[in-house]
Amino acid sequence: MDLLSKLLAEKDWLMADGATGTNLFNMGLEAGEAPELWNVDQPDKIRALYQGAVDSGSDIFLTNSFGGTAARLKLHNAQDRVRELNKAAAELGREVADAAGRPVVVAGSVGPTGEIFEPLGPLSHADAVEMFQEQAAALLEGGADVLWLETISAPEEYKAAAEAFANLNAPWIGTMSFDTAGRTMMGVTSSGMVEMVGGIENKPIGFGANCGVGASDLLRTIQGMAAANPEQPIVAKGNAGIPKFVHGHIHYDGTPELMGKYAVMVRDSGAKIIGGCCGTMPEHLVAMRAALENTPRGPAPTEEEIQAVLGEFSSQSDGTGETNAPKRTRRRRK
Amino acid sequence: MSDEEEDLILDELEDEELVLQMHDDLYDGMADEIDEAVQILLKRGWMPYDVLTAALVEGMRIVGVDFRDGILFVPEVLLAAGAMKRGMGILKPLLVETGAPQLGKMVIGTVKGDIHDIGKNLVAMMMEGAGFEVIDLGINNPVEDYIDALKRENADILGMSALLTTTMPYMKIVIDTMVEEGIRDNYIVLVGGAPLNEEFGKAIGSDAYCRDAAVTVDTAKEFMARKHNQL
Repeated sequence: MDLLSKLLAEKDWLMADGATGTNLFNMGLEAGEAPELWNVDQPDKIRALYQGAVDSGSDIFLTNSFGGTAARLKLHNAQDRVRELNKAAAELGREVADAAGRPVVVAGSVGPTGEIFEPLGPLSHADAVEMFQEQAAALLEGGADVLWLETISAPEEYKAAAEAFANLNAPWIGTMSFDTAGRTMMGVTSSGMVEMVGGIENKPIGFGANCGVGASDLLRTIQGMAAANPEQPIVAKGNAGIPKFVHGHIHYDGTPELMGKYAVMVRDSGAKIIGGCCGTMPEHLVAMRAALENTPRGPAPTEEEIQAVLGEFSSQSDGTGETNAPKRTRRRRK
Repeated sequence: MSDEEEDLILDELEDEELVLQMHDDLYDGMADEIDEAVQILLKRGWMPYDVLTAALVEGMRIVGVDFRDGILFVPEVLLAAGAMKRGMGILKPLLVETGAPQLGKMVIGTVKGDIHDIGKNLVAMMMEGAGFEVIDLGINNPVEDYIDALKRENADILGMSALLTTTMPYMKIVIDTMVEEGIRDNYIVLVGGAPLNEEFGKAIGSDAYCRDAAVTVDTAKEFMARKHNQL
């Protein structure tokens, strides 16, 4: 059994890590630079990134390989370095996890290709599977315990990655980003994702939501997933509030205290793996861990409670159920 | 297909009915039907500009409204835009020939470091759909590329997009450079992208933050109208 499945069987909840981009940006990553290059050029900073999550109590951390597919690395003319950069990302992770003195899962991060699938866009299913497989194989080679697909919008892309991971016989997690009126950019709802995951042959260990808009919206998405009674554990990685521009830098307005409340609320809403996304720094993780450990389980918060604590939803509806907008009457054919 | 939903012969529809049908066909992303209907209207003596505004632009406006309201999502909008593009392909050379009025010209691209161009592509397509001329610089644009294109194309509007919090601040670099060169006020600067918000748009000195492609079109029209009023 893989380490993540083992920990999931033993514990009531697990804590994942926080932001990768925000942390690296604070360490001096320049806009436009590919973070993945740092796996080779600045390994100490990547170790520090991972160590920050481990020292803050994370049971799982994601490798610095979000943009590690050939499609993404191509923009930095590094499409020939997929194996090298992803393997390095996982090797550094292995090093940090093995020295942690407790079981910590190294999750090989796999982000979207950034391309649209056929027939609307240029990317074929076969090419997508090949790219995901190339990246995933290198992450496993470097010592990743599981693969971790994140920030996906299109069901086609989720399924292509699932197929690639099946070809490698690797355990995996897969989350989508719900950022458009409660749905993903491509229109997938929370319950729609549960249904989609149910139809995949190579089932993930867990699935859920990451990034999106703020922590409030993410909570609503998680509640939508839990209501659909999924077989797999739910993963929640919400942003630390909303980005604000302060003194030339991006600052997320979610305080550690607020993220602690988010962590408890999202656990009570049905998530089993809980972490942060953009803006979530080590101090947020420390607060989240403490809150999760010190707050007894309660009933799932109502939408009013969520908004009162974490801020208003970005859209009125979460996109599930009957839409209250009138469907346009068709004049003729469909 | 059932009896009640018999295929219509587009050429048998009256003008008014045909235009409404085109709105539906755009909504459903039916490119062949749009192509055919544009040809029919032209054959009936319509001015290319009238076909563009009454049929295509109006049809895409409806698509934009439903996209804004969370009824349509990106896949449907891409299909609609594809159909729009087919119609535009026929109209574009004719519009140039007939010297039809132009709403304005926009230079657009994702900022340096940002390769996420889905939102930018949507904006470009909706802006074209609304009758603007769009110069698409693609992804990962350094400040020089934006400024060169603005000058070269004699553009009215600069559109910048960023999907990452790590690339958002680059928008300020572009605007600051425009200020330094004394050209900031010559252009309408619109910014957009998932992690942005109105406050950010103000903080970096843009004219407006646009939440989505439909809002961008409305905002661009509004600013162009103000610009014309000043002249």
